[in-house]
Amino acid sequence: MNPIPLFHIGDFLLVSIPEDLSDSMVTRLQDSLSRKVIKLQIKGVLLDLSSVTIVDSFIGRMLGNMASITAMLGAEAIIVGIQPAIAITMIELGLGLNNIKTALNVDQGVIMLQILAADKAIDYVSKQ
Amino acid sequence: MSVSSKVLPMRTEEDLMIVRQTVKAWMIEQEFSLLEQTKLVTAISEIGRNALVYGGGGSALLEQLLENCRVGIRVTIEDQGPGIADIEQALQDAYSTGNGLGFGLSGAKRLVMDFDICSKPGQGTRIKMTVWN
Ligand SMILES: Nc1ncnc2c1ncn2[C@@H]1O[C@H](COP(=O)(O)OP(=O)(O)OP(=O)(O)O)[C@@H](O)[C@H]1O
Ligand SMILES: [Mg+2]
Repeated sequence: MNPIPLFHIGDFLLVSIPEDLSDSMVTRLQDSLSRKVIKLQIKGVLLDLSSVTIVDSFIGRMLGNMASITAMLGAEAIIVGIQPAIAITMIELGLGLNNIKTALNVDQGVIMLQILAADKAIDYVSKQ
Repeated sequence: MSVSSKVLPMRTEEDLMIVRQTVKAWMIEQEFSLLEQTKLVTAISEIGRNALVYGGGGSALLEQLLENCRVGIRVTIEDQGPGIADIEQALQDAYSTGNGLGFGLSGAKRLVMDFDICSKPGQGTRIKMTVWN
Protein backbone atom coordinates (compact mmCIF):
# COMPACT_ATOMS: atom_id res chain seq x y z
CA MET A 1 0.00 0.00 0.00
CA ASN A 2 1.16 3.54 -0.75
CA PRO A 3 2.41 5.59 2.16
CA ILE A 4 0.23 8.46 3.35
CA PRO A 5 1.49 11.70 1.73
CA LEU A 6 2.83 14.51 3.91
CA PHE A 7 2.55 17.99 2.37
CA HIS A 8 5.11 20.58 3.35
CA ILE A 9 3.72 24.14 3.55
CA GLY A 10 6.22 26.63 4.94
CA ASP A 11 7.01 25.61 8.50
CA PHE A 12 4.01 23.30 8.62
CA LEU A 13 3.16 19.78 7.55
CA LEU A 14 -0.27 18.76 6.35
CA VAL A 15 -1.21 15.12 6.68
CA SER A 16 -4.29 14.12 4.76
CA ILE A 17 -5.51 10.94 6.45
CA PRO A 18 -7.14 8.61 3.89
CA GLU A 19 -10.71 7.29 4.08
CA ASP A 20 -10.06 3.86 5.57
CA LEU A 21 -6.78 3.09 7.28
CA SER A 22 -5.13 -0.20 7.98
CA ASP A 23 -3.28 -0.55 11.28
CA SER A 24 0.08 -0.83 9.55
CA MET A 25 -0.55 2.39 7.59
CA VAL A 26 -1.15 4.23 10.87
CA THR A 27 1.97 2.79 12.44
CA ARG A 28 4.09 3.75 9.41
CA LEU A 29 2.62 7.23 9.38
CA GLN A 30 3.61 7.74 13.01
CA ASP A 31 7.17 6.87 12.11
CA SER A 32 7.51 8.94 8.91
CA LEU A 33 5.77 11.94 10.48
CA SER A 34 8.13 12.16 13.44
CA ARG A 35 11.17 11.83 11.21
CA LYS A 36 9.94 14.55 8.88
CA VAL A 37 9.19 16.93 11.75
CA ILE A 38 12.83 16.74 12.81
CA LYS A 39 14.40 16.73 9.35
CA LEU A 40 12.43 19.72 8.05
CA GLN A 41 12.36 21.52 11.43
CA ILE A 42 8.58 21.61 11.32
CA LYS A 43 6.78 23.97 13.72
CA GLY A 44 3.27 22.65 13.31
CA VAL A 45 1.40 19.61 12.03
CA LEU A 46 -2.16 19.48 10.75
CA LEU A 47 -3.80 16.07 10.80
CA ASP A 48 -6.69 16.42 8.37
CA LEU A 49 -9.46 13.90 9.07
CA SER A 50 -12.02 15.30 6.62
CA SER A 51 -11.91 12.21 4.35
CA VAL A 52 -11.85 9.71 7.21
CA THR A 53 -14.94 7.52 7.52
CA ILE A 54 -13.95 5.60 10.63
CA VAL A 55 -12.04 6.28 13.85
CA ASP A 56 -12.01 3.24 16.12
CA SER A 57 -10.14 2.90 19.40
CA PHE A 58 -6.90 1.88 17.68
CA ILE A 59 -6.89 4.81 15.24
CA GLY A 60 -8.03 7.18 18.00
CA ARG A 61 -5.17 6.09 20.21
CA MET A 62 -2.69 6.51 17.33
CA LEU A 63 -3.96 10.03 16.59
CA GLY A 64 -3.46 10.93 20.24
CA ASN A 65 0.03 9.43 20.14
CA MET A 66 0.94 11.35 16.99
CA ALA A 67 -0.14 14.61 18.61
CA SER A 68 1.88 13.83 21.75
CA ILE A 69 4.98 12.78 19.79
CA THR A 70 4.80 15.94 17.68
CA ALA A 71 4.53 18.02 20.86
CA MET A 72 7.58 16.29 22.31
CA LEU A 73 9.53 17.23 19.21
CA GLY A 74 8.69 20.88 19.82
CA ALA A 75 5.97 21.27 17.19
CA GLU A 76 2.28 21.94 17.57
CA ALA A 77 -0.26 19.37 16.38
CA ILE A 78 -3.84 20.14 15.47
CA ILE A 79 -6.50 17.71 14.33
CA VAL A 80 -8.85 19.24 11.78
CA GLY A 81 -11.87 18.25 9.73
CA ILE A 82 -13.57 15.71 12.01
CA GLN A 83 -16.98 14.99 10.48
CA PRO A 84 -20.08 15.09 12.73
CA ALA A 85 -20.81 11.35 12.33
CA ILE A 86 -17.24 10.57 13.40
CA ALA A 87 -17.43 12.89 16.40
CA ILE A 88 -20.72 11.35 17.60
CA THR A 89 -19.42 7.81 17.10
CA MET A 90 -16.15 8.51 18.91
CA ILE A 91 -17.93 9.97 21.93
CA GLU A 92 -20.37 7.04 22.08
CA LEU A 93 -17.47 4.64 21.83
CA GLY A 94 -15.86 6.40 24.80
CA LEU A 95 -13.03 8.09 22.92
CA GLY A 96 -12.69 11.78 23.67
CA LEU A 97 -9.61 13.44 22.17
CA ASN A 98 -8.53 14.88 25.50
CA ASN A 99 -5.67 17.40 25.55
CA ILE A 100 -5.62 17.52 21.75
CA LYS A 101 -6.12 20.76 19.87
CA THR A 102 -8.73 20.69 17.14
CA ALA A 103 -9.97 23.11 14.49
CA LEU A 104 -12.89 23.02 12.09
CA ASN A 105 -10.91 22.73 8.86
CA VAL A 106 -7.46 23.15 7.32
CA ASP A 107 -7.81 26.94 6.90
CA GLN A 108 -8.73 27.45 10.54
CA GLY A 109 -6.02 25.02 11.56
CA VAL A 110 -3.36 27.00 9.69
CA ILE A 111 -4.47 30.22 11.42
CA MET A 112 -4.33 28.44 14.77
CA LEU A 113 -0.82 27.15 14.03
CA GLN A 114 0.36 30.63 13.03
CA ILE A 115 -0.97 32.10 16.26
CA LEU A 116 0.59 29.30 18.35
CA ALA A 117 3.94 29.70 16.57
CA ALA A 118 3.88 33.48 17.04
CA ASP A 119 3.03 33.10 20.75
CA LYS A 120 5.94 30.74 21.13
CA ALA A 121 8.31 33.17 19.42
CA ILE A 122 7.17 36.08 21.62
CA ASP A 123 7.54 33.89 24.68
CA TYR A 124 11.05 32.95 23.61
CA VAL A 125 12.16 36.54 22.88
CA SER A 126 10.73 37.86 26.15
CA LYS A 127 12.79 35.34 28.11
CA GLN A 128 16.06 36.38 26.47
CA MET B 1 -35.26 -13.36 6.97
CA SER B 2 -31.82 -13.29 5.46
CA VAL B 3 -31.99 -12.29 1.78
CA SER B 4 -28.33 -12.59 1.01
CA SER B 5 -25.23 -13.47 2.95
CA LYS B 6 -21.51 -13.66 2.65
CA VAL B 7 -18.80 -15.27 4.76
CA LEU B 8 -15.46 -13.48 4.86
CA PRO B 9 -12.25 -14.44 6.63
CA MET B 10 -11.07 -12.47 9.65
CA ARG B 11 -7.45 -13.44 9.90
CA THR B 12 -5.51 -10.28 9.08
CA GLU B 13 -6.02 -6.54 9.39
CA GLU B 14 -6.59 -6.45 5.60
CA ASP B 15 -9.47 -8.91 6.10
CA LEU B 16 -10.89 -6.53 8.69
CA MET B 17 -10.67 -3.65 6.20
CA ILE B 18 -12.50 -5.70 3.57
CA VAL B 19 -15.29 -6.56 6.02
CA ARG B 20 -15.63 -2.90 6.98
CA GLN B 21 -15.75 -1.81 3.35
CA THR B 22 -18.24 -4.52 2.30
CA VAL B 23 -20.65 -3.60 5.10
CA LYS B 24 -20.26 0.10 4.35
CA ALA B 25 -21.14 -0.54 0.67
CA TRP B 26 -24.22 -2.56 1.67
CA MET B 27 -25.36 0.17 4.04
CA ILE B 28 -25.02 2.84 1.37
CA GLU B 29 -27.05 0.63 -0.98
CA GLN B 30 -29.75 0.22 1.69
CA GLU B 31 -29.75 3.97 2.35
CA PHE B 32 -28.67 3.87 5.98
CA SER B 33 -27.71 7.32 7.30
CA LEU B 34 -24.05 8.27 7.41
CA LEU B 35 -24.19 8.15 11.21
CA GLU B 36 -25.61 4.61 11.22
CA GLN B 37 -22.93 3.54 8.73
CA THR B 38 -20.18 5.03 10.84
CA LYS B 39 -21.48 3.45 14.05
CA LEU B 40 -21.78 -0.10 12.71
CA VAL B 41 -18.48 0.02 10.82
CA THR B 42 -16.73 1.28 13.96
CA ALA B 43 -18.33 -1.48 16.07
CA ILE B 44 -17.17 -4.06 13.49
CA SER B 45 -13.68 -2.67 13.70
CA GLU B 46 -13.60 -3.08 17.48
CA ILE B 47 -15.06 -6.59 17.52
CA GLY B 48 -13.01 -7.70 14.51
CA ARG B 49 -9.81 -6.45 16.08
CA ASN B 50 -10.61 -8.30 19.31
CA ALA B 51 -11.14 -11.49 17.27
CA LEU B 52 -7.72 -10.96 15.67
CA VAL B 53 -5.84 -9.97 18.82
CA TYR B 54 -7.42 -12.19 21.47
CA GLY B 55 -9.13 -14.88 19.41
CA GLY B 56 -6.30 -15.56 16.96
CA GLY B 57 -8.57 -14.72 14.00
CA GLY B 58 -11.80 -16.24 12.75
CA SER B 59 -14.54 -15.30 10.31
CA ALA B 60 -17.29 -12.78 9.65
CA LEU B 61 -20.77 -13.66 8.43
CA LEU B 62 -22.52 -10.72 6.77
CA GLU B 63 -26.27 -10.90 6.18
CA GLN B 64 -28.73 -8.56 4.53
CA LEU B 65 -32.06 -8.90 6.31
CA LEU B 66 -35.62 -8.23 5.28
CA GLU B 67 -38.40 -8.27 7.80
CA ASN B 68 -41.81 -7.16 6.64
CA CYS B 69 -40.85 -3.81 5.10
CA ARG B 70 -37.64 -3.21 6.99
CA VAL B 71 -34.16 -3.86 5.76
CA GLY B 72 -31.37 -4.65 8.11
CA ILE B 73 -27.81 -5.87 8.35
CA ARG B 74 -26.42 -8.46 10.70
CA VAL B 75 -22.73 -9.06 11.22
CA THR B 76 -21.58 -12.13 13.12
CA ILE B 77 -17.91 -12.28 14.03
CA GLU B 78 -16.55 -15.45 15.55
CA ASP B 79 -13.25 -16.90 16.60
CA GLN B 80 -12.07 -20.17 18.11
CA GLY B 81 -9.80 -18.52 20.66
CA PRO B 82 -9.72 -18.80 24.46
CA GLY B 83 -13.18 -17.26 24.96
CA ILE B 84 -14.15 -14.83 27.70
CA ALA B 85 -14.69 -16.21 31.20
CA ASP B 86 -16.43 -13.19 32.70
CA ILE B 87 -18.48 -11.42 30.04
CA GLU B 88 -19.92 -8.86 32.49
CA GLN B 89 -16.43 -7.79 33.41
CA ALA B 90 -15.20 -7.70 29.80
CA LEU B 91 -18.18 -5.47 28.93
CA GLN B 92 -17.20 -2.86 31.50
CA ASP B 93 -15.73 0.41 30.25
CA ALA B 94 -11.97 0.55 30.69
CA TYR B 95 -11.54 -3.18 31.38
CA SER B 96 -8.66 -4.62 29.36
CA THR B 97 -6.34 -7.57 29.77
CA GLY B 98 -4.22 -6.25 26.89
CA ASN B 99 -2.74 -2.80 26.40
CA GLY B 100 -5.94 -1.26 25.09
CA LEU B 101 -8.20 1.30 26.71
CA GLY B 102 -10.86 -1.35 27.22
CA PHE B 103 -13.61 0.50 25.35
CA GLY B 104 -13.89 -1.91 22.43
CA LEU B 105 -16.57 -4.31 23.65
CA SER B 106 -18.56 -1.84 25.74
CA GLY B 107 -18.32 0.83 23.03
CA ALA B 108 -19.39 -1.54 20.24
CA LYS B 109 -22.40 -2.55 22.33
CA ARG B 110 -23.43 1.09 22.67
CA LEU B 111 -23.03 1.71 18.93
CA VAL B 112 -25.44 -0.92 17.58
CA MET B 113 -29.15 -1.56 18.15
CA ASP B 114 -28.82 -5.22 18.93
CA PHE B 115 -25.66 -6.76 20.39
CA ASP B 116 -25.46 -10.40 21.32
CA ILE B 117 -22.39 -12.12 22.70
CA CYS B 118 -21.81 -15.80 23.22
CA SER B 119 -18.46 -16.82 24.64
CA LYS B 120 -17.27 -19.71 26.76
CA PRO B 121 -13.76 -20.45 28.00
CA GLY B 122 -12.07 -22.83 25.58
CA GLN B 123 -14.83 -22.52 22.98
CA GLY B 124 -14.20 -19.18 21.37
CA THR B 125 -16.33 -16.08 21.02
CA ARG B 126 -19.23 -15.20 18.73
CA ILE B 127 -20.71 -11.72 18.58
CA LYS B 128 -23.81 -10.77 16.57
CA MET B 129 -24.57 -7.16 15.81
CA THR B 130 -27.78 -6.14 14.05
CA VAL B 131 -29.05 -2.81 12.79
CA TRP B 132 -32.33 -1.94 11.06
CA ASN B 133 -33.15 0.90 8.72
N1 LIG C 1 -12.64 -12.40 21.01
C1 LIG C 1 -12.16 -12.40 22.26
N2 LIG C 1 -11.57 -13.51 22.77
C2 LIG C 1 -11.07 -13.52 24.04
N3 LIG C 1 -11.08 -12.45 24.87
C3 LIG C 1 -11.64 -11.31 24.42
C4 LIG C 1 -12.20 -11.23 23.10
N4 LIG C 1 -12.70 -9.96 22.95
C5 LIG C 1 -12.45 -9.31 24.09
N5 LIG C 1 -11.82 -10.11 24.99
C6 LIG C 1 -11.41 -9.74 26.38
O1 LIG C 1 -12.20 -8.65 26.80
C7 LIG C 1 -11.38 -7.54 27.18
C8 LIG C 1 -12.07 -6.25 26.84
O2 LIG C 1 -12.13 -6.08 25.42
P1 LIG C 1 -12.21 -4.61 24.83
O3 LIG C 1 -12.25 -4.67 23.36
O4 LIG C 1 -13.31 -3.89 25.53
O5 LIG C 1 -10.84 -3.95 25.33
P2 LIG C 1 -9.37 -4.11 24.72
O6 LIG C 1 -9.40 -4.83 23.41
O7 LIG C 1 -8.51 -4.70 25.78
O8 LIG C 1 -8.97 -2.58 24.48
P3 LIG C 1 -9.42 -1.63 23.25
O9 LIG C 1 -10.45 -2.36 22.46
O10 LIG C 1 -9.95 -0.39 23.89
O11 LIG C 1 -8.16 -1.38 22.48
C9 LIG C 1 -10.05 -7.76 26.46
O12 LIG C 1 -8.98 -7.15 27.11
C10 LIG C 1 -9.97 -9.30 26.47
O13 LIG C 1 -9.46 -9.77 27.69
MG1 LIG D 1 -10.65 -4.29 21.85
